[in-house]
Formats: sequence, C-alpha cells, structure tokens
Amino acid sequence: MTVDYIFDFLTSLLDGLIGSDYLLLLAMLIPCLAIFGFITVYALVVIYAELKVSSFIQDKVGPMGQGVGLHAGKWGLLQPVADALKLLLKEDIIPSSADKPLFILAPFMIFIGAFISFVAIPFGDSIIVADLNIGLFYILGVGSIAVLSLILAGWASNNKWSLYGGMRSAAQIVSYEIPAGLSLIVVIMLAGTLNMQDIITYQAGGLFSWIIFDNPFMPVAFVVYFISAIAETNRTPFDLPESESELVAGFATEYSGMRYAFFFLSEYANMFVVSAVAAAGFLGGWHSPIVGIMDSSAWGVFWMISKTGFLIFVMIWLRWTLPRLRVDQLMNVCWKVFLPLALINIFGVAIWTVVFNS
Amino acid sequence: MAELVFWTIAALTIMSAAFVVLNNQLIYSAVALLFTLFGVAGLYIFLWADFIAGIQILVYVGGILVLVIFGIMLTNKIKSVRISHKSMQQGVGGVVSFWFFIFLFIALTKAPWAISDAIEPIGTVRGIGVLLLTDYLLPFEIISLLLLGALIGAAVLSRGES
Repeated sequence: MTVDYIFDFLTSLLDGLIGSDYLLLLAMLIPCLAIFGFITVYALVVIYAELKVSSFIQDKVGPMGQGVGLHAGKWGLLQPVADALKLLLKEDIIPSSADKPLFILAPFMIFIGAFISFVAIPFGDSIIVADLNIGLFYILGVGSIAVLSLILAGWASNNKWSLYGGMRSAAQIVSYEIPAGLSLIVVIMLAGTLNMQDIITYQAGGLFSWIIFDNPFMPVAFVVYFISAIAETNRTPFDLPESESELVAGFATEYSGMRYAFFFLSEYANMFVVSAVAAAGFLGGWHSPIVGIMDSSAWGVFWMISKTGFLIFVMIWLRWTLPRLRVDQLMNVCWKVFLPLALINIFGVAIWTVVFNS
Repeated sequence: MAELVFWTIAALTIMSAAFVVLNNQLIYSAVALLFTLFGVAGLYIFLWADFIAGIQILVYVGGILVLVIFGIMLTNKIKSVRISHKSMQQGVGGVVSFWFFIFLFIALTKAPWAISDAIEPIGTVRGIGVLLLTDYLLPFEIISLLLLGALIGAAVLSRGES
C-alpha cells in the first residue's frame, strides 16, 4: 500500500475527473490520515494495557467498571477514552513567563517527529507508506527531532525543573543514540541494505533465519538496541527527564491539556516506532516463525503488530518492575558497557560473516 | 507539482536562513536553523541524493543543532543578550555585498553546468559506500583521525587542571 499504489488505484478510479496532481496529493493525504488514525487507536489500546499491566504487576485490579451509574465500562475498557476526554477538556495554560512561541511549537514538533517516522515502517509485505531506499536510516534521522523538541519544551517553560528535564533528556538521548545506531549497523551489515522491506525479506525462512539468531553476536546486539531504545523513549528505568519524584514532571511540568497530551501521545508513538524497528530488524518483521504456517500477506500484518506489541509489553513490564537509574549510572551503562559491546559486535559480526557465510 | 514543492522548499530554506541571520535572539535563530537544515535536506532529495539528505538530518539536526541549543541553554541569562546584526560599516558592507552578488549571479548564469541526461539512480548508498572504501579511503580515514583528535582534545580541555 505505498503511495504509488494508492495513486495508481485513484487514477484508475477517477481518471479524467480531477487532475493527476490533485490525485497525487490525495494519495499522500490518505496514508497520513491512516497513520493518524492508527496512532490514536493504538494510543488508546496501549494506555489501557499500561494501566492493566501495571495494576497486575502491583497486585491490583486496575480500572474496573462496577455497579450502576457512571463508570468506565466493562473491565474499565472505557478508561483510556475518559483519560483522553479529560485531557481534551482541560484548560490550556501557558505560563506568563514562558517563551510563548517555543512553548507552543515544542509539542507539535515532537508529535511531527514521531508521526513522520511511521512513513517508513513496514506493516506487511506490501503495506508501507513509502518504501524508502534509506528506510532504517530515515527512522533514525527523524527520531532526532524528538530530542530537540524536548530541550525546547524544557527551555521554553522557563522553569528550573523543566530545564533540568530538558537537559537530562538531551544528554540521555544523544548518548543512547550511539549504541542504538551501532547495534543497527550490524543488522545493515548482514542484510546489506538500508531498505526496511529488503531487511525483512533477508530474514525469510522461519525462526532461525531471523537476524537475532543469525550468529552468536546478534542477541547481544538486540539487547543493546532494545535497552538503548527504551532510554531514547524516556521510559522508566530511564525516565530521568521526567522523574516525578525529583523534577515534578521534568520538561512536561508546565504543560497541560492538549499540549501535554501531545507529549504523551508522542512517547507512546515513539515506543511503537522503536519496537517496530526492533521487530523488523531482528525478529523477522512480518515473517511467520514457521515457514508455511500463517505466512500469507494478511497474516504478515498480524505478525508485525504482534511482535511489536510484545516488545511494547516488555517495555511496560520493565517500567513497572525496575527502579529508576541515577544519572551517573545511566551514563556509565551507556559509555562503558553498551558502546564497547556494540563495537565488539561490529567486529565480531564482520569476522563471522567473512569466516562462515562467504 | 514537483516544481511547486521545489519552490516551497526553496522559499522555506531561504526565509528561515534569513531569520537565522536577522533575528537578534540566539534561541530563535537556532530554532529557525532547524527549518533551514530541513529545507536543505529537501533540496538534496530533489537532487536524488537520499543518503546525503539522511546524513544532513541525522548529523546536523540530531547532533550539531542539539549541541548548539544545549550550549545556549547552559548560558546564563541568554535572553538579555542582544545580538546586534547592525554592523558599523554598513556602506562598505553594502557595496561589497552588491558586487559579490553581481559576481555570483554572473558565475551562476554563465557557468557551463554539466547536465547529465542519465536516469535517476535508484539509491546512492551502495555507490557511496564502495567509493568511500576504495578510491576515497585515505581522505575518509584522515577525516576520522581529525574527528578523533577533536574528541580527545575536547575531553582533555574539559577535564581542566588536575
């Protein structure tokens, strides 16, 4: 379902009625709306999952609908809807001492950064908005908009907690981008391409063709990437930028209502993006684990979403299990453990490829 | 259609670049630089240089611009600092700029641009990679060494006296 495909379909349907330029514009607009709808629905689902999983981990029942009157539906299924409505209806406050233009710009920027990453994410063997030649690289690149908007949010709030949060997030994301990128280089080395679909096609042929099982170095690369990705999305145990017990809410302290919702939405959207990259790069993307069983195009969407969903579940699981790291521990882990590991991986995989695969 | 997109991107690049130069608050200039860098990445895509466009965003937006804003944020009372863009030598500067513009304009219009009629390459990554590790290996390694030197230098400087 690339833009080209939609364009061809629209042309065959509406040929002659409207100009091809408008059709191209329409063909680009449709995937945008689809992504927007997907992010919204996904956010509602994952907020519910987060509430329920955290409750079960803490031995509670979580949101439940009981009795008569106003309640959150069966098993609390309407709780995320209620949360979203609450955020929508809240008063939008801009502090009088804030830097107004940047304060308004920051939430939009972070959402755009998360939104345009979805363009290169493959949901199935033909379902991708734009099958870019530099797909993986593109996702890494536009991911850097997030860090910029977090710093801007922290700075524009004109609040010392926000500023601390913004600075911490900048230091953290810039540091963890390096081991994450180096771990993905190993994937690129094996698949020999930056194109997301080609990386997934390389992993055809069942569970043991997945890149994570390609050689003994790959599980290490996967773990390094996944933990770095959690750090990049600012999730506990790496949520120092918004650690509520130290910084109120970090960069999001002064934000309320819709603007806060944008930060919230972007965090969940970024979780999906990094999990989808991990699923496509290491776990075979839309391939079924067993050749020939549930292996059609339609099942591809199921596999991609369930692999990504599982990784998101692991993120939620880690969040509610582990305590927060200190700043020095955070930096030690990144520079003294992950960076050497990622570099050793690159050498190891290069030698392994030359010795065993050629 | 393509032309319209091109002119939009070009206008965005030039206008945000002008904002970077003419604005007298450093933080706004840095934010406007973001749009300039994205505009330049868009121009690269028009030249079928997808990899360079990716590098442009990854290195300049994700690295350099973040460092610039980081530096601005750590500076005390940055908002009270007014960076004047009015120079002392406005007359001389204007004359020099005018003639430089004329010179560039003539150079741009008269230059025999090599226009290739080859079809657009599908992906430049492989070609760039091969060239970097064969014909241009030495320059590539020298740049790496230079960056390593800068990195070590920065670490030594920031340690201070001990």
